[in-house]
Amino acid sequence: MLKRETWQAWALILPAVILLVAFTHWPAITTVLDSLYTTPKGSRPPRFVGLENYAALWDDPVFWTALRNNAVYAFATIPASVILALLMALAVNTALPGRPLVRMAYFTPTMLPMIAVANIWLFFFTPDYGLFDRILAVFGGGRHNWLGDAATALPSMIAVAVWKEAGFFMIFYLAALQAMPPDLQEASNLEGASRVYFFRRVTLPLLMPTTLFVLVNAVINAFRLVDHVVVMTHGGPNNATTLLLYYIYEMGFRFWDTSMAATLTVVLLALLGTLAWLQFGVLGKRVHYR
Amino acid sequence: MINRRTLLAASAASLAAPSILRAQTVKKLSFYYPIAVGGPIPAIIDGYCKDFQAETGIEVTPVYAGNYGETLTKAVTAIKGGNGPQMAVLLAAEMHSLQDMDILVSLDEIGLDAAGKAWMAGFYPAFLANSRAEGKVWSVPFQRSTAVMYYNKAAFAEVGLDPEAFPKTWAQLQAAATKLTKRDASGRVTRWGIKMAGDTGNAQWTFGALANQVQHVLMNEAGTETYFNHPKAIEALRFWRGLASEAKAAPEGVSNWPQLSPDFLEGNAAIIQHTTGNLTNVRTNAKFPFGVAGLPGKDGPRTVVGGGNLYFFKSASQAERAAALQFARFVSQPGRAADWSIKTGYIATRPEAYETNALKDYVAGFPAADVARGFLPVAVGELSTFENQRVYTALTNNVQACLNGTKTPEAAMVDTQAEADRILKPYKKA
Repeated sequence: MLKRETWQAWALILPAVILLVAFTHWPAITTVLDSLYTTPKGSRPPRFVGLENYAALWDDPVFWTALRNNAVYAFATIPASVILALLMALAVNTALPGRPLVRMAYFTPTMLPMIAVANIWLFFFTPDYGLFDRILAVFGGGRHNWLGDAATALPSMIAVAVWKEAGFFMIFYLAALQAMPPDLQEASNLEGASRVYFFRRVTLPLLMPTTLFVLVNAVINAFRLVDHVVVMTHGGPNNATTLLLYYIYEMGFRFWDTSMAATLTVVLLALLGTLAWLQFGVLGKRVHYR
Repeated sequence: MINRRTLLAASAASLAAPSILRAQTVKKLSFYYPIAVGGPIPAIIDGYCKDFQAETGIEVTPVYAGNYGETLTKAVTAIKGGNGPQMAVLLAAEMHSLQDMDILVSLDEIGLDAAGKAWMAGFYPAFLANSRAEGKVWSVPFQRSTAVMYYNKAAFAEVGLDPEAFPKTWAQLQAAATKLTKRDASGRVTRWGIKMAGDTGNAQWTFGALANQVQHVLMNEAGTETYFNHPKAIEALRFWRGLASEAKAAPEGVSNWPQLSPDFLEGNAAIIQHTTGNLTNVRTNAKFPFGVAGLPGKDGPRTVVGGGNLYFFKSASQAERAAALQFARFVSQPGRAADWSIKTGYIATRPEAYETNALKDYVAGFPAADVARGFLPVAVGELSTFENQRVYTALTNNVQACLNGTKTPEAAMVDTQAEADRILKPYKKA
């Protein structure tokens, strides 16, 4: 016989549990199950194939392209946006004329929906008479088919993502910097520590919890943020900008191959799970919480 | 006054009534449609639905569902979820894929009487090319277009070309495009001779037209086989690539469809290959005299049709299907087809629409609107196979690799064929 408190406790968390199960765990389990069957087609019901879908994925060159693109995308956007965010936060944390305006300017990209951002950048990237080509023309630069050239398409996507994300991460760094007690600065001034030394030995360690949080978010976003790919390139040219999530969408809703989409989703889930575990397990231990 | 008991009795009675009886008194239909061109499309569609209701008492709820791809996604998702529309305007070329999903009902199954058969025979044959499979008709032409060339007459005159005589062969087109390409002192191109779309969703349309221009058919009617590695298909891709690599009259890499109209209107491209559906937009915004011409071909003009057809879904009841077919016949009446063509730039799907005074007057005042119709006899249907989007993707990726210079036309076509063979393997009957 359960105790009354136990019942009450269960009753209290029940709404949250129901939501979590209905919208997170149940879909995750069915996704794993779906990935073990063939896609049902009109007259052909789903058939159990074990790990055949995973084998097919292993042989799928587009999957590897998407994975490689996503790795490049992550390795470029994460450090770039985090470092840029930190620099911006440090810049607007100092006494500066028109500080609220600068802060707002840095934050604006975050407030815009990604679809709108992508459409604005489409104009920036327009060959010949777009913003970038016009600026480059002043310095004698030639024409660039930014999005239509396989060599520049992915870097273009990365630039958009960094521009969009840095402002968001800046807010977290700014909040952390504001929360830092000013007596630390005063003490180090008395001790005669240089600004660089103070930043390296005091500010940076105190920002580590924020950095971990920002990093986790940045990693998730590197796999989650694909709206601009949909608007700007559709994964082209020749899959140069196909990212994992976009490939899942294409598999699921353009090709209607739901089993392969489920298989891809499981792979993405496993990948993200591993990354999160690494971040919290390895990096988390080295973070100093007050 | 209605009390509880009568209400209960009434609902019990309606539940007990045979389903066929309830279905016969169809009062409501819903249909999904995409918008792929400029203009006040929703207002026009709403108007047709209201007229239909006034005439038949059946209320049709039109649902705007995005572009072609999005409409397809939404319609299929809704139908799979059990709450789909009874009909939808979807890409004509999706016939085989939709059939494969087993969600379509053919017109023959809905029931075509003698008058209905005569009505079907009244469409332009090119527009029915993507409607027939397994000896049945699966869709009704609705918002149809062909690819046409828009060209800058001022630029033609400037370089000494006759603005009234658009090239009719590939050789002429390449020569004209080369002449039209203008460079400044530093060698930077300020105006491209020609631009054709090679981005995802459009590359296969451009390529389909080019293939027809060497008189090559890319697939069998059943949609189970493709012929990409044929020398003629390779020749078509080589011509496309050559406009940039040899003639230097088109930019390297992929040009995007949404960018073509602004490029043309900005004077950045002297010729663009686009849809007839873009006519009203160009007419409104061009600050220079422009011309509309049929696509050239290797030896003479040939083009490809495009656009959307009305499809009917299996999930609808017998009566709903019949009502949907009635709606399709309603919107294709000559007067309405003419009205649709004038307001949107789409080609009226039936010759008889061009006999109406409204369209006669319009065409007389704006001859460019009638150019595309003249090329319907040399038009073919779109590339359409089972797993259509997959085959499109295989083709698009390889075309893009070729346009980027990383694959030769031969390699691109051979790879496309290998990929298409793999995709279509389950559909080949032994």
